[in-house]
Amino acid sequence: MMRIENISAQYQTITGPVVSVKDVNFTINDDEIFGIAGESGCGKSTLLKVLYDVIQFPLEIANGRVVLDYTDRSGQRRTLHSGEIKRAWWDAISYVPQAAMSVLNPVYRIDEQFYELFRRHRKGEGEKAMRDRVVQYLGELDLPVDILKSYPHQLSGGMRQRVVIAMATFLQPNMIFADEPTTALDVVVQKSILMMLMELQSRMHNTLVIVSHDMGVHYQITNRMGIMYSGSLMELGNTEDIFSNPLHPYTQMLIGALPKVGDKSTREGIPGGPPSLRNPPPGCRFAPRCKKACPECSQSVPKFVEVAPGRFAACHLLGK
Amino acid sequence: MRLTKFILSRIMVWLLTILVGITVVFFLQRMMPSDPIETMISKMTSMGTNLSPEALEAMRESLRRQYGLEGTLFEQYLSTITRLVHFDFGLSMANYPTPVAQMIGQALPYTVCLLMTTTILSWIIGNAIGLLAGFKKNKWYSKTLETVSMCIYPTPYFMVALVIMILMAYVKQWFPLVPSFDDFTFTWAWFSDAVYNSFMPALSLMLVGTGWWIISMKALSSNVAEEEYVNYGRMKGLTEATIGYRYVFRNSILSQVTALALHIGGAFGGSLMCEIIFGYPGVGQMVNTAINNSDYNLLTGVIFISIFAVATATLLIDLIYPLIDPRIRNS
Amino acid sequence: MNEGYKASFRQIWKSMSLRFKIGLCIVAFFLVISFVLYWFSPGDVMALSTYKRNQPLSWEHPLGTNRQGQDIFWLLVESIHNSMVVGIVVAIAATVIGVLIGLFSGFVGGAVDRVIMFICDSIIVIPSLPILILMGSMLRGRASLMMIAGILILFNWPWPARQARSMALTIREREFVNTARFSGEGLFKIVCVEIVPHVLSWAMANFVNTVLVAIGSEASLAVLGLSSTTTPTLGNMIYWARQYQAIMLKQWVWIGSPVLATSIMFIGLFLTYTGYNEYVAKKRGR
Repeated sequence: MMRIENISAQYQTITGPVVSVKDVNFTINDDEIFGIAGESGCGKSTLLKVLYDVIQFPLEIANGRVVLDYTDRSGQRRTLHSGEIKRAWWDAISYVPQAAMSVLNPVYRIDEQFYELFRRHRKGEGEKAMRDRVVQYLGELDLPVDILKSYPHQLSGGMRQRVVIAMATFLQPNMIFADEPTTALDVVVQKSILMMLMELQSRMHNTLVIVSHDMGVHYQITNRMGIMYSGSLMELGNTEDIFSNPLHPYTQMLIGALPKVGDKSTREGIPGGPPSLRNPPPGCRFAPRCKKACPECSQSVPKFVEVAPGRFAACHLLGK
Repeated sequence: MRLTKFILSRIMVWLLTILVGITVVFFLQRMMPSDPIETMISKMTSMGTNLSPEALEAMRESLRRQYGLEGTLFEQYLSTITRLVHFDFGLSMANYPTPVAQMIGQALPYTVCLLMTTTILSWIIGNAIGLLAGFKKNKWYSKTLETVSMCIYPTPYFMVALVIMILMAYVKQWFPLVPSFDDFTFTWAWFSDAVYNSFMPALSLMLVGTGWWIISMKALSSNVAEEEYVNYGRMKGLTEATIGYRYVFRNSILSQVTALALHIGGAFGGSLMCEIIFGYPGVGQMVNTAINNSDYNLLTGVIFISIFAVATATLLIDLIYPLIDPRIRNS
Repeated sequence: MNEGYKASFRQIWKSMSLRFKIGLCIVAFFLVISFVLYWFSPGDVMALSTYKRNQPLSWEHPLGTNRQGQDIFWLLVESIHNSMVVGIVVAIAATVIGVLIGLFSGFVGGAVDRVIMFICDSIIVIPSLPILILMGSMLRGRASLMMIAGILILFNWPWPARQARSMALTIREREFVNTARFSGEGLFKIVCVEIVPHVLSWAMANFVNTVLVAIGSEASLAVLGLSSTTTPTLGNMIYWARQYQAIMLKQWVWIGSPVLATSIMFIGLFLTYTGYNEYVAKKRGR
């Protein structure tokens, strides 16, 4: 389980800090697929960095903390905070990056890259066990075993992505973070990658966090999801509820923009783009683009409140 | 398939290099205003060899033949190629009548030892330091190392050599001004004496060479260190040592091997200068002797051997390359 | 207008790295010496016994005089001038020839391209110093600087040629060249208008590097007494200082000043070279 407690994160620039994630609060439960959606530039990748604890200059946490609660391999309960989560990398939490095409080390065979993880995180379990485990694991994932003797450049983009996912799940971590895992792939491959992720999750009963700008991806595989806009969460709840009854005007627009079977009316695009993070508008950041905006919206920031059990949203209209 | 093509094209370059080398040497000699034969003859007579006019004429004749100056320009060119590829360089004028090939054979081991030791050592040391400087580029020691090598590398080699010589042999008499070697014996005494005598030449070559490898490896590895896969390696929780070796080093050393191949020619030039300045008894010193005695046979021989040796060394490194780069080997 | 230039110049200067600035200052300093100060030189600096021998440093002789009665300061100025001229001539010629051949090779492609590239590769491998030595020793000090420059050009064109060729190959595939070609423009015009600007920034860097290589090679040759012995260059000055036992006589200024000048000049050129490369890379947004 991961609790995100009032997190704000900013990038240090020459002209001063730029706040990229602001006052975000939520919890990711065990054994679920959690989605984070939003347009590009809304801070979802930054949020993911904060969750995964890759805080490097110029990124820094301005406020709040992330708490990771998990049961380790020996069955012991552990709690780690931001800055300590690093220690659990790959053992308890792992990461599938955005540019999975170029994240494999070009000069080693795939098997070597698996062994490398094993040697680092499963010291003392023996080379033989390690080799068997890798072959067996690829079999479980229906991946051809001969890719183990290949170099990354010999594999297709989709295969490389599968390999990266296999590496991220190989040591059966409690949480897996995937940043736009399907963006660079063609539609057919996308589908099979999503299936692979879902299957893995249902087999291991761990937590999968997916960040994607593609609402379709969230609809297909996530259980719960949060919608981000300009660095803040706008809405959070069960995916089904969100799609059937979106509460926030922004969510409504995102869903309205999705194509539907049999619907011949023109798609409603979302006019405008997200505001600059350097000079955010006062009040609700979505107000300038919101069709339902009232005077209050551009004056005070709406609170992120629980409007129904397990359902949160940040909009002035909901209180009325 | 691609591998065969790669090897074939390397071998082509090797052959062509030697051919271009011979061609340049050949036409340079023909373009010179002075007649090498007359220069040699006057040199010999001035050294006090008294020859009758007939003997002189006969000698001129044999020199012309030996020097490949008979027939049309094209025939001369062909005969020069044939002679050179058989390592037949004629007799030395300075050491008449020792064959040039024999003299070079005696001097070459000294040069090869000096050059190989210094090139390999500076390649290893330079790349190790460069890797550190590129991998940890924000640390103070990385910046210092880079600045120092930035100042040493561009300085022309003979400057470094002169400064070392002045400091270590004139100002402080730590090392002998002129290195001398006893006849080779397989003993510790001979070995340590040889190292002692070649210390200054080797140091000067290594300073310049190391500087270059530091600079190039630093640039390479700091680029590699920003690659996605290195970043991802960190996110896999791997140790910095693993990242440094398996990710940054293994990925940047490949281009350094190719660079080594291109560097051999320059290094050879450096070692010629080195031997001349320090009086080290290798091929470079032989060049010096040849220049001072206008011994063109010796000079041509040494130059052909230089080109041959450099081209061959380059070829060997190029052929090793596919063994270490899986991207070429496997496609 | 003038103000605008000043402002943009200031902006460019600001965006340069310290390394680049230092390099440029050193190079500018040597350019001033070799092309401005040089014209104030008092006649034949090589002439012997023009002044009293072995004078210490003074206002009249800023670096003193040597055993030959030559003024070391003006000898140095003329040496820097000549070395600089060799460097610049070789760099201009090698860069221009190389870029032209490279572009030609890249655009024509096929067998011509392969042959040219093989020749390039073999010239790159051939050690140039032995060949220079051969030529120098056959001419025994009668070599003119320009002949040496000629050989240096021969050995330095392949680098820019290879680079220009690979640029030509990538540019050839780009849309605008095809558009230009189909709209009936001549190859020459395409090269001049569309390609030269692409190649220029790289050619600049190569130019600086070739200046460095050329001055260095001539100096190496001169130190051995195989360049022109009558034209003072930095290497030549060291050669004569060594011939007349400046080290034994502890005439440190005589031998030290060209050594120091060469070293500083080379460091300056090298800093300019790497600094410029960095600057260009940064501008491209890497």
